[in-house]
Amino acid sequence: MTEAALAGLVFLPLLGACLLLLVPRQWRTALVLLVVVPLPVLLLPITAVVWQQQAVQMAVAGHALPLGIVWRVDALSLLLLWLNAFLLVFVGLQALTRFPPATPAGLRFWPLWLLLAAGIHALLLSADLFNLYVTLELVTLAGIGLIATSNRPAALQAAMRYLLLALMASLLYLLGVGLIYAEIGTLDLYEAGNLLEPGLLPATAMVLMITGLLVKAAIFPLHAWLPAAHGNAPGPVSALLSAIVVKVSIYIVWRLWFWTAEGWPMPALELFLGLLGAGAILYGSALALVQKRLKMVIAYSTVAQLGYLMLIFPLASLLAWQAAGFHLVSHGLAKAALFVAAGNILASLGTDRLRRLAGLDQRLPLDVFTLALASVSLMGLPPSGGFIGKWLFLQAAWEQGAWGWMALIALGGLLAAAYLFRILALTCFHPRSHGHSSRLREPPSRASLAGLLLALAAIGLGFASAPILTMLASAWPGVIAP
Amino acid sequence: MSSAVLFVIVAALLFGIGVYGLIIAGHLLRKLFAINIMGNAIFILMVAASGPLDGKPDALPQALVLTGIVIAVSATAFALALMVRLYQLTGQASLHNNEGGDD
Repeated sequence: MTEAALAGLVFLPLLGACLLLLVPRQWRTALVLLVVVPLPVLLLPITAVVWQQQAVQMAVAGHALPLGIVWRVDALSLLLLWLNAFLLVFVGLQALTRFPPATPAGLRFWPLWLLLAAGIHALLLSADLFNLYVTLELVTLAGIGLIATSNRPAALQAAMRYLLLALMASLLYLLGVGLIYAEIGTLDLYEAGNLLEPGLLPATAMVLMITGLLVKAAIFPLHAWLPAAHGNAPGPVSALLSAIVVKVSIYIVWRLWFWTAEGWPMPALELFLGLLGAGAILYGSALALVQKRLKMVIAYSTVAQLGYLMLIFPLASLLAWQAAGFHLVSHGLAKAALFVAAGNILASLGTDRLRRLAGLDQRLPLDVFTLALASVSLMGLPPSGGFIGKWLFLQAAWEQGAWGWMALIALGGLLAAAYLFRILALTCFHPRSHGHSSRLREPPSRASLAGLLLALAAIGLGFASAPILTMLASAWPGVIAP
Repeated sequence: MSSAVLFVIVAALLFGIGVYGLIIAGHLLRKLFAINIMGNAIFILMVAASGPLDGKPDALPQALVLTGIVIAVSATAFALALMVRLYQLTGQASLHNNEGGDD
């Protein structure tokens, strides 16, 4: 039952992507729904097992290592699987209005969307270094293909730059994998942890892999490709890219750091990674304050918020672990809501230049409300999900007397409030200027509803934190390490 | 042992050429060539590490390299298609710095 569900997570979207290209036009919408809607249902039996046994493991098609593929799910991967399922359903609701599957644009969009879903699922299930490489490549290529569906020169330029950097990054990662295999003769993420001894070669391999992944995760100062790529992609694509695609690279860094390289003495590197995070928070927030377009503000906010995920390295405690995991999910939901709303606004006005957004609250109340709700979570006001994540980070820093990190986290929240209030003030408190007689195309109500539901989920996460934190605690490698 | 060293030196040289090309080249086609050269350097290194140093070679790295080649080919094909589309739209096959884009 669990094994069938795991296989379904990967092969259902993959099959759907292929079939979409074959079936008659009028069946395409039904096919998309048939693939996306069951995904959360497939997660239920897996969740039940992980809740009881902490982890599920299976050898795909019964082939054992070393040539077979082993899948492993623990609470961390499960949490990301849930986030992904949520995003696929709700962001998909907007994508259905923006790219109706029966149209030629829909035919370009939906196979890639499903391929991306399959890639993310396969990545989260993978338990060996090489499969992570293959699936990460799948995720990147599908994601860049989705950016390119926009067909505007700016988007294609951004997609190309992203692609070149991503290809280089995967080569760095692959080089690291090759070195590790040459050293210990295994690719299993967890077994490698037992076999690898700290030394020059494993350390080199680890640095190569992590550098490659940080490029893909757009961690400051390797973030240069992200704002243009996420800011120019079509609305639903931006949402998915910012909410989950960049995070899966961080997820692999966590796996490498806390499982494979567990217990290596690397205090300088820990601090360095934390400082990168600090740089991301300050730099991303500062640039978000000066952007002229709504989607660019949100994209730079992603650069900033990704920085928090790096604070786990210097803090490295159970509390910080829960904080990072929770922040990952709550940011994913809030950011998806922001991008969905921004996509609706852009489609309605034909522009997302900030000075054209004055007085928008009277014209697109639902989308502006979504922006406001998601902002509440992103800047970390109680009782939202974002608040819990940042509060746990503060507690973790307090526990260790790390005053510098505490100040940084507080400042990051303040800066987030500044750049988000700048948008809200413009849309809600500035009268509409008369120079622009831009006509307004109402966004489809389903698209606005999609954003609203995501924003509500980002807030509601604050009330459902207990089970998530319990599960995250069970995945903390300090607890389950054999 | 000396042949292994030769492999490693060749791989290191190729990798360096690739990185240099990726940074220096303006035309996207050249950048793609550079990335492919870097990829080949890594494949050589992986094959050399599995090499028949003492008896029979290890099959797994060879399988990995094969998979890597398939991925490199498909990624390159995708990048070429993207480059052609970019050329059709802008008349140029190179990258510029216009981050925010126009609306």
